[in-house]
Amino acid sequence: MSRLENKVVLISGGASGIGAATARLVVREGGKAVLADRDEPKGRALAGELGDATLFVPLDVTDEAAWNKAVAATVDKFGGLHGLLNAAGVGVRNSIEDCTLAEYRRVNDVNGLGTFLGCKAAVPAMKKAGGGSIVNISSVLGLRGASYAMAYCASKGAVRLLTKHVALHCAQMKYNIRCNSVHPGYIDTPMIAPRLDQPVGNMSGRQWLEDLHPLGRLGRAEEVAAMILFLLSDESSFSTGSEFVCDGGLSA
Amino acid sequence: MRAARYGRIRMSGELSGQVAIVTGGASGIGAASAALLAEAGAAVVVADLKAATDGPPDKGGRFVQHDVTAEASWQALLADVLKREGRLDIMINNAGISGGAGSVESTDVQTWQRVQAVNSEGVFLGCKYAIQGMKRTGPDKPKSKGSIVNISSVAGLQAGAGALAYTASKGAVRLLSKSVALYCAEQKYDIRCNSVHPGGVDTPIFDLLWQMVGREQGKAFLDARHPIGHMAEPRELGEVVLWLASDRSSFVTGAEIAADGALTAGLMRRQPFVAP
Repeated sequence: MSRLENKVVLISGGASGIGAATARLVVREGGKAVLADRDEPKGRALAGELGDATLFVPLDVTDEAAWNKAVAATVDKFGGLHGLLNAAGVGVRNSIEDCTLAEYRRVNDVNGLGTFLGCKAAVPAMKKAGGGSIVNISSVLGLRGASYAMAYCASKGAVRLLTKHVALHCAQMKYNIRCNSVHPGYIDTPMIAPRLDQPVGNMSGRQWLEDLHPLGRLGRAEEVAAMILFLLSDESSFSTGSEFVCDGGLSA
Repeated sequence: MRAARYGRIRMSGELSGQVAIVTGGASGIGAASAALLAEAGAAVVVADLKAATDGPPDKGGRFVQHDVTAEASWQALLADVLKREGRLDIMINNAGISGGAGSVESTDVQTWQRVQAVNSEGVFLGCKYAIQGMKRTGPDKPKSKGSIVNISSVAGLQAGAGALAYTASKGAVRLLSKSVALYCAEQKYDIRCNSVHPGGVDTPIFDLLWQMVGREQGKAFLDARHPIGHMAEPRELGEVVLWLASDRSSFVTGAEIAADGALTAGLMRRQPFVAP
């Protein structure tokens, strides 16, 4: 159980959902996990539970200075940075007709700008460490459109493409830094919790979401974390600029 | 001249009675699209920050000063078009900026926000107000009928080790377009929405490159990167836009139309692969 031995991974949105599940796996596999999140009580509680191999740092992903602080705190505590998981994100339902400009900007700031700033802050530290792996959480809605999630789709499309830019830039500069996007289907996390109780037609919200997936169920955060662990580890050393889909067949 | 091949078989007046808005319509792909839409009989509104300088101010259509990043400007534009032209059938969201060649390391937040404001938020607002306009009934116009064409880029399909902010913004346009298409289908609006992904087109977006390496050298460089052997003339993209705007593409919605001389198609022998 040491697939990430001596590797230090910074995780935005690390206090819950896919970020938290990944943090548990990183620690189990011998790595260090830095939980960066806006939710301080939850983040500190998880860091406390996981013990010495973790650190909590408060982070608003849209704030460049906060990112620089988070990276500096990571390097201070664990001596370097080898992995970054951009898992922080907001899921908002809106259509082209009812979305306001302010809402469009907020979704794109958290999901798009936040991911860009994470990559920007991590690259210099990874260069110093001799290389690294960046994993950006896009979505199945970065591959397919959705009538009811216009701004979210736009933001995840941006993440999908900016990931490829980061991969090619780092390859060209010979930084030994890889960067890939992960595209989860609907995962049973706090992000979709409010939707489980909202009926769609004569179906419960949960049933409707489950039926979207050929596997007939929602994904579990641990299932996405397993894919992320592969991408953070050296096992995926020839994969960069790619789209890794974890969606129970939804986009097939 | 390649251009001589075009324009012979089009039925004249195919779009007569229809009203089109073209953002960024004063230059490049926008100007070419406006000219072709007008040639096909549409009443064209050229919405741009500044009128074209290389011809009459109403070249290709009626000019309206417009900033795609400002919601108030969209409200004023739509009100003006509905008052003057009385309806809206075709929306070409073409205005865009390159934002320079910044990488993930060198791009600052201000540049990111500026590029997203024009390329992503501008297209979002363009779609939103287009639907409002298309839902108005004009003379001989069924309610909620229209075609929205969003200009993305090959950078929305594949990244280059070039501009980060531009690449991200065009990825947003690609997915936003699909969501708009699906939403309009769901609402039974009979409004289609597609994204166009041009390769290198000889437009002012390359002015910075021309300044850096010279126009001839820059063009030769870009020509060689396209498998088809040359970059596009604006009119070649205008033809794609016209097709998507017209009923000839009536079953095409939510699609990504690459018009890129095979730039994103894959690998070929002899020419080494160079990331676009």
